[in-house]
Amino acid sequence: MPTPIQWQIATLTAIKTETPTVKSFSLALPQWRPHRAGQHYDVRLTAPDGYQAQRSYSIASAPERAGTIDLGIERIADGEVSTYMHEVLVPGDQVEVRGPIGGYFVWEARQGGPLLLIGGGSGVVPLMSMLRHRHAARSSAPTRLRYSARTYDDLIYREELATLGADSGLEVILTLTRAQPPGWTGYSRRIDRAMLDEVARPLGRAPQVFICGPTLLVEAAANGLAQAGVPASRIRTERFGPSGA
Amino acid sequence: MDPESTDVNRALMLDGNALAGLMQEIFGVEMTANPAECANCGNVSEMGGLHAYTQAPGAVLRCPACEEVMLTLVQTPDAIYLDARGAAYVKLMRPTSSSQG
Amino acid sequence: MTERFVSRGFVGKRRDPAAATANRIPPGQHEVKDFPVLSAGPTPRVNLDAWTFTIEGLVRAPVRWTWAELRQLPAQTFVVDIHCVTKWTKLDTRWTGVSVDTLFEHASLDPRAQFVTAWSDGGYTTNMPLPDILTGRAFVAYEYDGRPVAPEHGGPVRFVVPGLYLWKSAKWVRGLRLMEKDKSGFWETRGYNNHGDPWKEQRYTGD
Repeated sequence: MPTPIQWQIATLTAIKTETPTVKSFSLALPQWRPHRAGQHYDVRLTAPDGYQAQRSYSIASAPERAGTIDLGIERIADGEVSTYMHEVLVPGDQVEVRGPIGGYFVWEARQGGPLLLIGGGSGVVPLMSMLRHRHAARSSAPTRLRYSARTYDDLIYREELATLGADSGLEVILTLTRAQPPGWTGYSRRIDRAMLDEVARPLGRAPQVFICGPTLLVEAAANGLAQAGVPASRIRTERFGPSGA
Repeated sequence: MDPESTDVNRALMLDGNALAGLMQEIFGVEMTANPAECANCGNVSEMGGLHAYTQAPGAVLRCPACEEVMLTLVQTPDAIYLDARGAAYVKLMRPTSSSQG
Repeated sequence: MTERFVSRGFVGKRRDPAAATANRIPPGQHEVKDFPVLSAGPTPRVNLDAWTFTIEGLVRAPVRWTWAELRQLPAQTFVVDIHCVTKWTKLDTRWTGVSVDTLFEHASLDPRAQFVTAWSDGGYTTNMPLPDILTGRAFVAYEYDGRPVAPEHGGPVRFVVPGLYLWKSAKWVRGLRLMEKDKSGFWETRGYNNHGDPWKEQRYTGD
């Protein structure tokens, strides 16, 4: 049965500042339906003269939470839509959205694991939907998240990831590539082949892999995993384009 | 494996998944999990895994194996032009009772 | 009648043109100050030692220049406005290169030649009537703003035809083919206008 996706007018209920450049926007949808973790919504802005701009933003929230979705949006310098979202919108405003969209970069708890999630910068947003869904579904599928950010302050969902890390079968591995706070015990270098080997090996020969973030980071990780022997058919990528900052 | 290499064109590349909304508008069904065969090299890939160049007069979907153009989508005020010459086929899976949107 | 939804406080990136430049902005365009990169595919890898530029087709004999030979041709600096069909216009772009008129001094055109196809590394093509690239209307550029044309903007050599939408200014150009019959190029066969005059807003097929 075809499932047309129609534009609907959502109401912004809350904005949460996650990092200096990333905010979560909670949107109440009149026609909400459960999404699959990893999907996105399209956001469309319309000026009074009819000019329109449209972007896609990943859903950060779990499908188990009904009625409202969280979109994770990074503010891009000179970004036409992201600067509007960050600087103009206030709770109570309306936003035109369409979705949920995507059938390729999605994970459902019933698929099980092992699961390897690799995120760079705002690429962690759709992976967070997967982890929140995994938590809500009480899945214990062996899962590793490897998340890289520039600095400690750039770690999105920092506290929640620390809490989720206690979930059965889940390990969260962080790396800060530009600057690390005193006492930092995580990684402190960019993704390289050795790191991928270390992170992937405990998950066996063929985990399901999802990689998301700036295009060049995604390519480096996908190539590295392919060289490490992970079958290409098990690797799904979501490139975000050039890195924003 | 330098993630900071400066190929600006390559850095702009996305996955076919980024065009999921437009493809659903055109085909009426979720397309990113549907496979397509490259007319040039025979590689079969899910539409969501094609290499997508969207910062252009139209969206260009290329084969991830040989980089040849498989599909292009051009949006005009009154139409969407779909060119699928580079695809030997696009396979639209019939929905099963358990599939979601 | 349903009212269209309008996003509170949204105007977008466009700026009203300053009075002094308003008549240089074609209909439907807005001015930008940066130089957007549009990309339809990966950057072609170019080996300058093997690189050539060719004029071929309806000419008595093909004419070919190596990179070194092209650099030795009489060069000029061109300051032109460029208009992309995706609605941005950039004023006063500064290029250095060789006029097509200069290139054609070295070729003997067949009188049947009426159209030209520009072709590039990576397979891109675009087409135009021959008069659209003569009498100072087109050039091949190897410098932009005093520096080598960046790969993402079509370097080492980009074809520039400022009187037509920017998709006609083929990046990574390798040659011009003189033809008797017009042959639509990459975008022209996929929904874009065969001619592409921004002042007549010839954006799409049938405009």
